[in-house]
Amino acid sequence: MSKLFMNRTKQLEADIEEFLDKVTISGLILLESVKSYINQESERFENQYKKITKLESEADELRRNIKHKLYSNMLIPESRGDVLGLLETLDDVVDTAEKVIEQFSIEKPDIPEFLHKDFLSLAELSAKAVDELVKGARSFFKEINLVNDFVNKVHYYEHEADDVEEVLKRNVFESKEIKKFSRKVHLRYFAEKISLVSDVAESVAERLSVYAIKRKI
Amino acid sequence: MLKILFFLSSGLFLGWSLGTNDAANIFGTAVGTKMIRFKLAAIICSIFVIIGAVVSGAGASQTLGKLGAIDELGGAFIVALAAAVTVLWMTKSGLPVSTSQAIVGAIIGWNFFSHNSTSVSSLSKIVGAWVFSPILSAVFSFIIFFIVKGLVEKSKIHLIRLDSYTRIGLIIVGAFGAYSLGANNIANVMGVFTSSSPFQDIAVGKLFHLSSTQQLFLLGGIAIAVGVFTYSQKVMMTVGSNIFKLSPISAFVAVASSSIVLFIFASQGLKHFLVSHGLPSFPLVPVSSSQSIVGAVLGISIAKGGRNIHWRILGKISIGWVLTPVAAAILSYFSLFFMQNVFMMNV
Repeated sequence: MSKLFMNRTKQLEADIEEFLDKVTISGLILLESVKSYINQESERFENQYKKITKLESEADELRRNIKHKLYSNMLIPESRGDVLGLLETLDDVVDTAEKVIEQFSIEKPDIPEFLHKDFLSLAELSAKAVDELVKGARSFFKEINLVNDFVNKVHYYEHEADDVEEVLKRNVFESKEIKKFSRKVHLRYFAEKISLVSDVAESVAERLSVYAIKRKI
Repeated sequence: MLKILFFLSSGLFLGWSLGTNDAANIFGTAVGTKMIRFKLAAIICSIFVIIGAVVSGAGASQTLGKLGAIDELGGAFIVALAAAVTVLWMTKSGLPVSTSQAIVGAIIGWNFFSHNSTSVSSLSKIVGAWVFSPILSAVFSFIIFFIVKGLVEKSKIHLIRLDSYTRIGLIIVGAFGAYSLGANNIANVMGVFTSSSPFQDIAVGKLFHLSSTQQLFLLGGIAIAVGVFTYSQKVMMTVGSNIFKLSPISAFVAVASSSIVLFIFASQGLKHFLVSHGLPSFPLVPVSSSQSIVGAVLGISIAKGGRNIHWRILGKISIGWVLTPVAAAILSYFSLFFMQNVFMMNV
């Protein structure tokens, strides 16, 4: 009977691990898809869009499975609420990343070359924020004392992303090259959307640090 | 048979109330935090309480016997009844109560009534154990807390797996706690009846031997088990009693420490081991499991930094230490008077 017990816990641990992996990958796909969009590799970009759509629904399903297992087996009664809250907000990160790529795919913004570097930089910083967030979430489960380190890193990357976003927007609106106001607004929208991913990551990190404090034995 | 059961009834009632109150000290947090289902906790508690009582109950009971050997069944009935009423009254008044202290007070009342002198050495051993047990419990829990914390942090174990291990740990430690409770506290429940026991020793072949005292303890253990099944869930569900809001792991540490203390004060085997190795040993005295667990929780609070200590509860316990035996003694004395002179019973 205890063997069944142990297999169940191992499976659940694996499920959580898989979910966290998917969140990390969503950040990477975001970065790669912005890269391929800017480099006008449309086939590659569309592939990535398909990937992240699939990833997002897989992550959703996995999260629901984990939730079901936690409740039906009455596991971790003390931390269950926090764990499920964490997984749900991590799911938001994946959703936000997917929405960004979807918008790129639908609205096809026209990004001038002088802005390529800034857009890439923004995507990189958002992806890094997501990466550090997932590391923090992983350490929540295994090494609670390390959570704060990762939370601080997420804060850092989010601030950096904010700075790049501001510079980018200023460049857009001060540019003589971009003539139409509507195009400026469109570019501003995309800058904000990419930066939003790091914002969402930061808000999850805030919650994570509270959960970590609550979990101390 | 019915007459015997009538006289034993006050002891059985005491056993029942022990079951309702003290099971929460062992499984309260485990059940309250939904780590273990109540049914499972009740079954484990009952089985191990009975085993502990029958196998290991004699030690503490002998010390009570040295305090006052009540040779009449009627007297034993009254003494246990006085203790039971005191426990009930204190519980209703919201004071944390110890059946150990009630029964000792009641026995002393009998000593006064029957003009037997109370053995000062026995009494001082007993009172010493009462004062020392929560302190010892606090020391153990302080140490065990750091060991457990260190282990959990070093092992970098996943939260889910930690949850499984904690559950198993709570079950094991709960079983040990129930065993220790039975071993240590059955003296409170049935100890007064040992000198006037109506049972005969049973021997089945060479292997199975149940002395008359053990039969008493078995009956008392069953009474405790009934108490556990019938009323302890309510006590467990109200966090309010003695156990403050503990995490499951802290509860494990607290129950482990408290159980070790009760075991130390009950186990003849341990005492022989220590004595034979020239080490200091402990007297076998019924101590309060409630106070033991409070001591353990205090030890954990101190280990965590000493902030949220509920000084008021400690104050209440100190009052209980004095009030309970005194009240029980007075009640016992007057009840014995009543029983002898109004009901014309031998006490």
